[in-house]
Amino acid sequence: MALIDLNRKEIHCKIVYYGPGRSGKTTNLFYIYNAVSEKFRGKLLTIETRGERTLFFDLLPINLGQIHGLNIRLQLYTVPGQSHYRATRKLVLKGVDGIVFVADSLRKRREKNIESLLDLKNNLKEYGLDLSQLPLVFQYNKRDLVTANVPLLTIEELEEDLNKDLGVPYFEAAAAKGIGVFETLKEISKRTVKFVARKYVFSSAKVRAQGGVI
Amino acid sequence: MGTMIVTDEKARQLKGVLDQQLLSIGVSLAILIDEAGNVIVSSGNVNGVDTTSLAALAAANFGATAQIAKLLGEEDFSILYHKGKKDNIHFSKIGMDFILVTVFTDDIPLGLVRLRVNQVAQELLDLLVEN
Repeated sequence: MALIDLNRKEIHCKIVYYGPGRSGKTTNLFYIYNAVSEKFRGKLLTIETRGERTLFFDLLPINLGQIHGLNIRLQLYTVPGQSHYRATRKLVLKGVDGIVFVADSLRKRREKNIESLLDLKNNLKEYGLDLSQLPLVFQYNKRDLVTANVPLLTIEELEEDLNKDLGVPYFEAAAAKGIGVFETLKEISKRTVKFVARKYVFSSAKVRAQGGVI
Repeated sequence: MGTMIVTDEKARQLKGVLDQQLLSIGVSLAILIDEAGNVIVSSGNVNGVDTTSLAALAAANFGATAQIAKLLGEEDFSILYHKGKKDNIHFSKIGMDFILVTVFTDDIPLGLVRLRVNQVAQELLDLLVEN
């Protein structure tokens, strides 16, 4: 649920990085955290197990600057990717405004990507949301491994497996090196803010039509 | 789950309720959040407290205990309370979508906090849902 705070002149949007375990969701957040100046970001909050796997979520608040006098504040969340954390993933999705699906390019992770996307669709459905209606971008991560002689899925295969029906933008990335991280963030921010603003305009028009004042 | 819009007037009214009913009995900090982890309004001494993280963790904590409740056949637990050495924290569900977080020291009896939180719950909910 996006929050538009006219008192503090802020719009809060929740963006969730989703995807299978070890695909690089937390790595994306770490890279953003380290690259953005302190002025524009809050504290990075992580809840992880001893093995450095995300246990509950990571959270990074960032400030995008102003649009029409309103400060845009994004809250970037990740979910734990391992399949047995389904209940936790569903909790983190509560009130989501935009989604980045971080897919693993390793060929042996093909099934895990497909499984995770299905899990995302099902979790959203339980909140009455439809993935095709939400701001979404794909990030095909670990593309740098192509030079390391590791069997990777081709972009065509990833597109066919995940994005065939959705047809949303995708980005090739190597999150550990920061390649594609900001491109992904820029696109999902743009889509999410537009989506939230449209809902806001619609709801204020509705309130006005009912004779109320927002 | 739409977009929540907080106007100046609404923020003032909500803060007024927190000030009059909770800060007045000595609660150090009262924060109203939604279940997605956004801070709607806060009142009291926020110095040194990262309210953004607190709100995200409080919402997650509530969600996690709601799952525990379901395992026991309960709908959810409407109140959570954690006791510290110096500060205590109390979480209370407000309607379906909101949570009131109160931080207070041992000088304030838990019973009084619970009573006041109970009393303001409906008032806050009315303000939150009216448009």
